[in-house]
Amino acid sequence: MPANRFNGFTDYGVGIGLRIPHYRHILSRRPVVDWFEIISENFMIDGGRPLKVLDQILEQYQVVQHGVSMYFGSPERPNREHLRRLKQLVKRTNTPWVTDHLCWGSVDGTYSHDLLPMPYTFEAVQHTAAKIREVRDFLEVPVAVENVSSYAEFHASEMTEWEFLNEVAEKADCGILLDVNNIYVSSRNHSFDPFEYVNAVPATRVAQIHIAGHSKFEKYILDTHDHPVIDPVWALYDRAIERCGPTATLLEWDANIPSFDEVHNEALKANRYLAKVEAVR
Amino acid sequence: MTVTAMKLAEIQSRMLDAIMHPLTSGYNTQQRARDGRPMRDVAAEIIKPNNRLTSFERLQIYNQSYWYRVLDALEDDFPGLLAIVGRTRFNALSKAYLTDCPSRSFTLRDLGSRLEEWLRANPKYAAPRTKLALDMVRLEWAEIEVFDAAELPVLIPHPASDPDPRFTLQPYVRLIELHYPVDDLLVGIKAEMRESEVASNAVATRAHHGRVRKIANQKPQAIFLAVHRQDDSVYFKRMEREAFRMLQALREGKQLSAAAEAAFSDSKTAESKIPALLQSWFENWSSLGWLAQQAPAE
Repeated sequence: MPANRFNGFTDYGVGIGLRIPHYRHILSRRPVVDWFEIISENFMIDGGRPLKVLDQILEQYQVVQHGVSMYFGSPERPNREHLRRLKQLVKRTNTPWVTDHLCWGSVDGTYSHDLLPMPYTFEAVQHTAAKIREVRDFLEVPVAVENVSSYAEFHASEMTEWEFLNEVAEKADCGILLDVNNIYVSSRNHSFDPFEYVNAVPATRVAQIHIAGHSKFEKYILDTHDHPVIDPVWALYDRAIERCGPTATLLEWDANIPSFDEVHNEALKANRYLAKVEAVR
Repeated sequence: MTVTAMKLAEIQSRMLDAIMHPLTSGYNTQQRARDGRPMRDVAAEIIKPNNRLTSFERLQIYNQSYWYRVLDALEDDFPGLLAIVGRTRFNALSKAYLTDCPSRSFTLRDLGSRLEEWLRANPKYAAPRTKLALDMVRLEWAEIEVFDAAELPVLIPHPASDPDPRFTLQPYVRLIELHYPVDDLLVGIKAEMRESEVASNAVATRAHHGRVRKIANQKPQAIFLAVHRQDDSVYFKRMEREAFRMLQALREGKQLSAAAEAAFSDSKTAESKIPALLQSWFENWSSLGWLAQQAPAE
């Protein structure tokens, strides 16, 4: 796997999200898994079962932290208590890199708990990049930002989403967690060519790739993480690793979660594409 | 102001306000915004339409997602309150609470942190069972806090060098005073919920009726309860009023003698029995790991 400074020069393979319904299976069977991604907020607590389970996982597996509430694009400065707890967890997990979303979700300390799309403006680039730098400097680990799926576009936008992502990553000098499912979902909702997006992302900044399933409605697609990955998303993944090299890959499955084996086997399908890229390198 | 000139902060403020605006009773976006303007206009000023969805419909996706998410989270955290007030009133209560007290924390875990205070100020949402509902909310919030509270190293008993020591209680022990036996009620409700998950509709309906009967029959009863953790599971432990007061006093930082005085100040317990009582309580609390070494200074 291409190690780069945005994923702590690691060489991770194909992982899955650590989810409660799988705890028992993982702790009792100890299946071979390249790595687990945890939702940071679930473990930014003082004690109890979640942290004990995490410690048991850490004894055996590599773990990477993925956040859902840093809101790099929100107007306020990062919440100090949030940062303090996140750093405490970083020390506990030894995560080689930390990810969160290129989005906003709060205003003046009131939280939507949603991943809201950014207006793609130059003002937003400056603001968001500054915040990412601040978080990275505080945490002292590489930070990679994830493109979100979206259902709305703003009149105020001055560039495409991928131009915005590239501008922010460049200005913040941060990594990218490229979610190819989110690209697919947004491409259908906003009628753009998803390959144009994948082809425009700076390959050397891609620290990690997300794959997932989604749900189709009559007039739009919703990013629900409750289905297997569909072929058009695999095609985007194929193109992404062709450009970036075999990158740390993670399957997200968050609702209607099937058995551990079913989720893991779905993730391992990525190896078919990774092997192809390895063969030509 | 033209839409292209709108600043980032203003777009975000307007959008969040629209997203958090309560849905209609049919769970759709309201036609009017908080300030009375047509929501269609509010959406159109910020959000582009496309060939399938209007600006309003695109806003509605986020408006609905927000409310589904927070309502589901509150329901997951307060099944006891739901059982007491019933589905229709719980929905109205949740909507009103979340409108008055939107999340101020990065984690949804804290969503119900102000519910007891809010319900106390807005008793009509649980009337006529407000007192019972308040007890249940206090208990369910304590459960949430205890589940992931810190655990300090357990105090190792040794011959006391200090004849009148202070003790530190584990942060995962919460002491709550109740007016109704909602601890038993909550245990029953959760057991029925587990059964309903695997039972047929008929069995689930019978369980629901049983639950309603139980709630209707709740009689007031003074209960002194410790909500605590053992092997990472949350438990309820009832105790005598004096033991409860003693623990409260110790938590406040009182020395042993002052705590004992507070515990027995208006008690009918014979003075001769107090030393034996204290010894048995401390043995019990110690065996449960409730007495901790002092937390290191931050």
